[in-house]
Amino acid sequence: MQIYLPIAEMSLNIYLLVGLGGMIGFLSGVFGVGGGFLLTPLLVFVGVPPAVAVGTGANELVAASVSGMIAHWRRGNVDFAMGAVLLAGGVVGAFVGGAIFTMLYRIGHSEILVELSYVVLLGSVGAMMFVESLGVLLKRPPKPGTPSRKLHEHNWLHGLPFKMRFRKSKLYISALLPLGLGFVIGALAAIMGVGGGFLLVPAMIYLLGMPTLLVVGTSLFQITFVTAAATFIHAAANKTVDVVLAMLLLVGAVVGAQIGARVGANLKGEQLRVLLSLIVLGVCLQLGFGLVARPGELFSLSPAVPT
Amino acid sequence: MIRAPAIGLAFLAVLCGSPARAQPLVTDISDHLVAITSSYTGTELLVFGALDRGDGDIVVIVRGPAERMTVRRKDRIFGVWANFDSLTFRAVPSFYAVASNRPVADIAPARTLARLQIGAANLRLANVAAADDAAAKPFREALIRLKTAGGLYQEKSGQVAFLGNQLFRTHVTLPSNVPIGTYTAEVFLFRDGGVVAAQTTPLFVNKLGFERAVFDWAHRHAPLYGLAAVLIALFAGWIAAIAFRKG
Repeated sequence: MQIYLPIAEMSLNIYLLVGLGGMIGFLSGVFGVGGGFLLTPLLVFVGVPPAVAVGTGANELVAASVSGMIAHWRRGNVDFAMGAVLLAGGVVGAFVGGAIFTMLYRIGHSEILVELSYVVLLGSVGAMMFVESLGVLLKRPPKPGTPSRKLHEHNWLHGLPFKMRFRKSKLYISALLPLGLGFVIGALAAIMGVGGGFLLVPAMIYLLGMPTLLVVGTSLFQITFVTAAATFIHAAANKTVDVVLAMLLLVGAVVGAQIGARVGANLKGEQLRVLLSLIVLGVCLQLGFGLVARPGELFSLSPAVPT
Repeated sequence: MIRAPAIGLAFLAVLCGSPARAQPLVTDISDHLVAITSSYTGTELLVFGALDRGDGDIVVIVRGPAERMTVRRKDRIFGVWANFDSLTFRAVPSFYAVASNRPVADIAPARTLARLQIGAANLRLANVAAADDAAAKPFREALIRLKTAGGLYQEKSGQVAFLGNQLFRTHVTLPSNVPIGTYTAEVFLFRDGGVVAAQTTPLFVNKLGFERAVFDWAHRHAPLYGLAAVLIALFAGWIAAIAFRKG
């Protein structure tokens, strides 16, 4: 059954859109990543104009992440204090990132540098996470009675001032750490046009030392706000949010996120990390391949930016 | 009685044998308003008409509103492919369809076709950078190729069918991704390689009903629309969370 989308200005199959939303919602419920990396190219693939795909994708991710966040919250897996500090850093980072984006845009042809650094970043984070979590997974479980390992390693990062207690995460660390992390992710998100959950989730696990399950819920908390802000900005400035398209996607997404949260809660931390690292590596390969391979069509067509 | 003289005149004209002698070509289209509603998946437009005699070639051109378009080309920079050169064209028809009863190249000489902009290759596409023809050519060709691939540029010979030898009809398909605005349907009558008559009929493509309301809202009250979009999403997520707790 086809439906006409008023802002995308084309018609698409309803069931295809609901299914697409469900798949993205499931990923976000399990891993705490937004899924914009997958949703935007898929929408473009079925013919939605890229600008509308980005704006509408953000709108759909609001629904998916709030649905998943509530499901994790109910299981007590959201650290609101940590989420708030990350978010504060993220807001400042998004503004700075936006300014950097404008500057790069003026210089011209610099987005390629950003894309390359993103590929390198994803590749190294994914590889590191894969090796670490696979190591844990393959190791025999410790005999009962042996003293448990420390929750996380201490390094110079833990010597920073403004220490703050995050009860839920059982952490006593400098507030500068999540603040700075939020800032970097926010800036990257604004430059790359993606939510940044892919970098945030591993960073929270390895840099902050948070438990994996808690990371998923807390990341969704942060993503809800980021995508809500992005939706508003795209709608107000670019008029590229198609609510009809978004509603069809989110019908699938909110259900997918609930199922995903259940599945995620039944996985062990290291299992989750192995799967996530595989997805991160997959995205990295896909992005990298897109940069290196000779495209079939060298030309692309888009409405001229009004001058 | 006012009608009597009119009927008399018409009768006289029929008696004289060729009422259309003063008008060699009479044409119309099936719809002057194409309404885009939620069930719109494209439409078939019927263009039809009558000639005064049983000879001649018919070329039908349907054109969409003009828009500024940018064509970008990827190039290899430091081993990776990235958008490099671009060229913006000023008045590009958003939709362009040609239908004719036989290949246009057989109907009229190339010069005539170029003058009348018949065939996508003959479209006069001015670029804003005032790039010369040689530099603009690959971008021009890419534009036409991409538009054709998207179903927005169509060239079909043999699509105009004659019924008897004085009536003709053709279908032009407007796909679901056509832009809204004012279109024109031009019909040319060729004899011996020259234009004998031409007629242009306007056609409006517009969103109606719910689709129209959403589009207007998104453009006129953009911040409010954005806020509503966020609230709908939050609400939907919350409802799903409640529904699943029970289940």
